[in-house]
Amino acid sequence: MRVVIAEDLFLLRDGLARMLEAHGLEVTGSVDNGADLLAAVSAARPDVAVVDVRLPPTFTDEGLRAALAARRAAPGLPVLVLSQYVEQLYARELLAEGHGGIGYLLKDRVMDSAQFVDAVRRVAAGGTAMDPEVISRLLVRSAGDGTLAALSRREREVLGVMAEGRSNAAIAQRLVITERAVAKHTASIFLKLGLQPSDDDNRRVLAVLAYLSAEQPGPAD
Amino acid sequence: MSSGTTSGGSPARHARRPWLAASCAATARLLGLYGLLLAGAGLLLALIAPMLLAGALIGRVLTRQAAAVAISATPGGKGTIFPPRAVGPNMTGRLAVSVLLLLAGLAVTALLLPYLLQAIRGLAWLTRRVAADWSGVPSPGRELPPPGMYRAPARYWRRLGWLLTDPATARDLRWITLNTLLGWIPLLLPAGMIVMGLVGFLAPVAGLPVPPPAFPGNSPPLLVLIGVSWIFAGLESAPWLLRAYGRASRVLLAPAGQGELTARVQHLAQTRAEAIDTGAAEMRRIERDLHDGAQARLVAMGMTLDAAGQLIDDNPAAARALLLEARDASVRALTELRDLVRGIHPPVLADRGLADAVRALVLDCPLRARLAADLPGRLPAPVESAAYFAVSELLANVAKHADATQTWVDIRYLDGMLRVGVTDNGCGGADPARGTGLRGIERRLAAFDGVMAVSSPPGGPTAVTMEIPCALSSLKISSC
Repeated sequence: MRVVIAEDLFLLRDGLARMLEAHGLEVTGSVDNGADLLAAVSAARPDVAVVDVRLPPTFTDEGLRAALAARRAAPGLPVLVLSQYVEQLYARELLAEGHGGIGYLLKDRVMDSAQFVDAVRRVAAGGTAMDPEVISRLLVRSAGDGTLAALSRREREVLGVMAEGRSNAAIAQRLVITERAVAKHTASIFLKLGLQPSDDDNRRVLAVLAYLSAEQPGPAD
Repeated sequence: MSSGTTSGGSPARHARRPWLAASCAATARLLGLYGLLLAGAGLLLALIAPMLLAGALIGRVLTRQAAAVAISATPGGKGTIFPPRAVGPNMTGRLAVSVLLLLAGLAVTALLLPYLLQAIRGLAWLTRRVAADWSGVPSPGRELPPPGMYRAPARYWRRLGWLLTDPATARDLRWITLNTLLGWIPLLLPAGMIVMGLVGFLAPVAGLPVPPPAFPGNSPPLLVLIGVSWIFAGLESAPWLLRAYGRASRVLLAPAGQGELTARVQHLAQTRAEAIDTGAAEMRRIERDLHDGAQARLVAMGMTLDAAGQLIDDNPAAARALLLEARDASVRALTELRDLVRGIHPPVLADRGLADAVRALVLDCPLRARLAADLPGRLPAPVESAAYFAVSELLANVAKHADATQTWVDIRYLDGMLRVGVTDNGCGGADPARGTGLRGIERRLAAFDGVMAVSSPPGGPTAVTMEIPCALSSLKISSC
C-alpha cells in the first residue's frame, strides 16, 4: 500500500514514515507543504494521503484545503487528515462530498500505532475514520436536542463506535459483545432513526453521520 | 500651571506685597494686557479689513446709484443735476470696479488667512501665559499645535487645511472677537478711574476746567475727596479685575473640545485598566493551568519512564506497563493543552475567522442553534477574539440557565460596526447587574468601545445584542 505524507514538522513526518513502513506500508512521498502534496499525489498516485491540517505558508487550515484540492485533482483519493484539535466544522467539510475514503483524526492517535495503521488502511480501502472526539461531541449535541431520545443506552454506544467508521467486528470487540448482538442493535438503530439499513460499512457510516448532522443548521450563507 | 519662578507671578507673592504696590502692579499689568488686546484688535482688523473696505465701497456705489435712479424717476426730471443717460454707464462701471475690489479683498484675505490665523494663535498663546502668570489664575493647560503643524514648513493649502480643520481655530476666533469687543472694559477701568482721580486732584491746582458729571459741586475740598475716592476705587478694583480677566481668559482659551476629551480620557483610562486586569488574570489562569496540568503530567511521565528504564532488564512486563502508563499520561497532557489552547485562542478562529469559528461553536452547542453570518471579510484579530468569547459565554449561559430549546446567533457587519445578536426561547430573567458573566462580556467589549444590550423579561425570550466598531482588515479568503 502506497502512502504520501504531508506534515511540516520534521520529527513527526519522519516518525510517521517510519511507523507506517514498520507496519508494511510503502511511503512514496513525504512533503512539508500543500503545493508539494498536490505534486506528489499526481506523481506518485498513492493509495492514501496522510495530511496535517496546519501547513506552511499560512499555518491555518492549509492542509485541509490541500487535501480537498488533492481529492478534486485525483477523484476518489483517500485522505486521512491529522490535526492537533478536531472541529465538527472541518469533519463536515471533509464528509460533504458524500464519498468514502475520508479520515479525520487527532494527532494523539499516532501514539497507538496499531490503531492508527488500522485507520490508515481503512481509509485507503474507501472506509471512514472519524476521531472519537468528533463523534462524542456530535452525540452530546444530538442527545441535547432529543434526536437520539428513542435509542437505548447500548444502542447509543453502538452508534458512537459505528460513526467512527468501525465494522461490526470492531464494534463487537470494542464493546465486548457478540457480532450478532451488534447486528441486532444496528438494525434497531436504523429502524428507530428511519434510515435505510445497509450492509456496507462505509455507506452505513455516512448515513449515520449525515443523520446526526442533519438537525444541525447548515451553512447559513 | 502657574510658574512660581516668573517675576511676581504666584498668588503667594501677591499676598505678601503691600496693598498699594500690589494694586499699582495689577493696574500696570492690566494695561500691559491691554497692549496685547490692541495687537489682537489689529490682527482681527487685518482679517476683516479687505472685505470691510470693499463692502463699504460697494455700499457707497449702490446708494449713489439708487439716489440717481430716484432722481431720474421723479416726474420733474429736468431739474436733476446729472442726466440719467449719463449716470447709468458711469455707475455700472463703478459697480464693476467695486465687485473687483471685493474679489481682490477676498483674495488678499485668503492669501493672508493662514498667517493671520497663526498669528492669532500665537497671540492667544502669549495672552494665556501672561494672563496666567500675572493674574495668578492657573493656565488652562497646554495646547497642542494644529494637526500636522509639528512638521514645518508646508505648502499654503496644507497649512490652511490644518488650521481650518483644527477646532482650536474657531476657539481662537471666538476669543479674539470677544476680547476686542469687551476686553478693554476690565483692562482700562482701573487706570481710567485713577486718571480721573488724578485729574480731580490736579485740575484745581493747574486751574483746568473740570468735567461736571464726574465732579459735581466743583468745590476744591470736595474735588480732592472725590479724586481720592476715584483713585482708591481704581486701585482697589485692579487686582480683582485682573483675576476676573485671568479667569475669563482661562475659560475662553481652554484647549478646544476639552470636555469631550476629558470624558474620553476617563473612558479610556477605565477600559485600559480593565483590559490590563483581564489580561493579567488570563495570564495567571494560563500559568496555573500549565503548572497544575501539562507540566505536572510531564514530570510524572518523566518519572514513569525513568522507572521503566530501571525495570526493563529485570522485569520487562512491569516496564511495559509503565511505558503504557506514560503514553496515557501524554495523551491526557495533550488533551489538557488542547483545551487550554482553545481557551486562549481557538485554532478555528485563527484559521477561518469569526463566522466559521462561531459556526464551530454552534455545532458543538448542546442546544438547537442556528447561525446567520454575513461578514464581507476578516475582522481585526482582537475584535474577532472578543466577539468569539462573548458568543461562547452567551451560548454557555443559555445552555446552563435559560432552559431554552433553541438559540439563534446572528453576525453581521454594517457601516463600520460588527453586530452580534444571541437570542434564545428560554425563561428570560437574565440581569447583567447580577451575572458576572454578562458583566465580564460588557467589560471586555468596552475595551473596543463596544456595547452590549440585554433584553430579558421574566418568561423570556432573551435577546443579547453586541456592537463593536471596527474596520475590516482583509478580504474574505475562504469561501466555505
